[in-house]
Amino acid sequence: MIHLEFVYILAGLVFCTVAILEWLDRSNSQRYRKLLFWGIYGITFLFGAVLPSFVTGCLVIVMVLMTGMKDLKRSEVSSVSEAQRRTSAQRLGNKLFIPALLIPLVTFTGTLTLDRVRLHGIPLVASSEVTLVSLGLSVIVALVAALTLLQQRPVDSLHEGRRLMTSVGTVVVLPQLLAALGALFAAAGVGGVVAGIVNHVIPVNFTFGVVIAYAVGMALFTIIMGNAFAAFPVMTAGIGLPLLVHLHGGNPAIVGAIGMLSGYCGTLMTPMAANFNIVPAALLELPDRNGVIKAQIPTGILLLIVNIFLMYLLAFRF
Amino acid sequence: MLTLIGVLIVVIGFALRINPLLVVAVAGIATGVAGGLDPVSIVSEFGRAFTENRYISLVWLTLPVIGLLERAGLKERAQHLISRIHGATAGRVLLLYLALRQFTASIGLNALGGQAQMVRPLIAPMAEAAAETRYGDLPDATRYLIRAHAAGVDNLGAFFGEDIFLAMGSVLLIKGFLEQNGIVLQPLAIAVWAIPTALAVFVIHGIRLMLLDRHLKKQFSGDQT
Repeated sequence: MIHLEFVYILAGLVFCTVAILEWLDRSNSQRYRKLLFWGIYGITFLFGAVLPSFVTGCLVIVMVLMTGMKDLKRSEVSSVSEAQRRTSAQRLGNKLFIPALLIPLVTFTGTLTLDRVRLHGIPLVASSEVTLVSLGLSVIVALVAALTLLQQRPVDSLHEGRRLMTSVGTVVVLPQLLAALGALFAAAGVGGVVAGIVNHVIPVNFTFGVVIAYAVGMALFTIIMGNAFAAFPVMTAGIGLPLLVHLHGGNPAIVGAIGMLSGYCGTLMTPMAANFNIVPAALLELPDRNGVIKAQIPTGILLLIVNIFLMYLLAFRF
Repeated sequence: MLTLIGVLIVVIGFALRINPLLVVAVAGIATGVAGGLDPVSIVSEFGRAFTENRYISLVWLTLPVIGLLERAGLKERAQHLISRIHGATAGRVLLLYLALRQFTASIGLNALGGQAQMVRPLIAPMAEAAAETRYGDLPDATRYLIRAHAAGVDNLGAFFGEDIFLAMGSVLLIKGFLEQNGIVLQPLAIAVWAIPTALAVFVIHGIRLMLLDRHLKKQFSGDQT
């Protein structure tokens, strides 16, 4: 039985390795703070399952404090020159794509098969965990392929892993922190307050107005929460079901489906959806943290308008 | 109303460009306090949710492999391939990826993509190389613009493709929510209604990508004359 916890432990080991490499590099500024930041992050992965929530919470707060007011400085990690990479690319040719494509391919085949393989009647991987376990497995397969097919050195993968991870920087933990913030929002009842405000301002008897309120409300609430899944139950319970479906006779499948997609328009436009918007900006080394959001906003707004009209034209006809 | 203080902190903190980790942590604590939770439960809730959401960060596992491939020349190879395709432009490369991503996500192959696995090592360098082949060395601002669009295309394709797939989280969430409220529907009945929006995404964003190509052409042919 392969547990998801094994994959978390693997990730914890990678983060701890980054911590140690950051600390060992004497030319690195703030190396003790970086050691603690990446080390604590690693520990929350290694021991997440056994640590009490309160202890993890304290660790996370210490980890955040290590980044300070202005965030940690970038680590300068050397790599090979562009000329060397070109020579290597010419020598290896299209073989270079094999490990890169193995990541999605193994993740995909693993997702389809691993939960159906049974040992003594127990599935090899629980079906709720199969995608993430397959992702972990795909990384190992791709790494082995890179080491054997392309004859790379294992030590280089650690070094390059540190280079990429520190170039993304402390933003790596932002998506997880935002999810934690979402949980606190839910515990404190933020959803109810927002739904209350939206309910207060809509013209209940005017169908098109209610459609706008629901779709725009989904988008706005998603912008605040960073997650359409968090917005959906609140807005649909507040507006979608009682007003659009029950009062105006809208088709619940259409209201629900297009309502969710209106939330996705919000996802395109918010830094709160950090893993889609902020993390890629860091991964692609954009100087503007909001660069990806800016590229998406025109599509997001146009699409929200399209969704409003689609819902209005379809939900009351089918 | 006081419970919205966390939202306010996030908006102000992000606008002032304070370290986002600090902003989010402070917003969380403030929301908890405003919501009447005691300090221990605030910290515990933070820790619990942080642990529960570790899965979001598993994508970082791919970085050591991607880094190794970059060292071996993956980006350069991808650029070389694109530069040999006649008629390749940044916009067309991204449009093709958008179509592939939407299609594969709509049949449940959501894993065939991703910012760390596909966009950084392959898609963004290919789009950049396509523009470079046409217009020579690009200024940094143009590179950043093309890269931002590469990331956007991956998001758009995934968001507005996956909703058509029956077994996807969003379809199941809608089904589950409606069921709790006494409306029983098959996943297919919900998923089909994501198709019009998916088509609209392709049309709207396709036009924007063609406009991106025109913008690049104008910018750089103007420079030469």
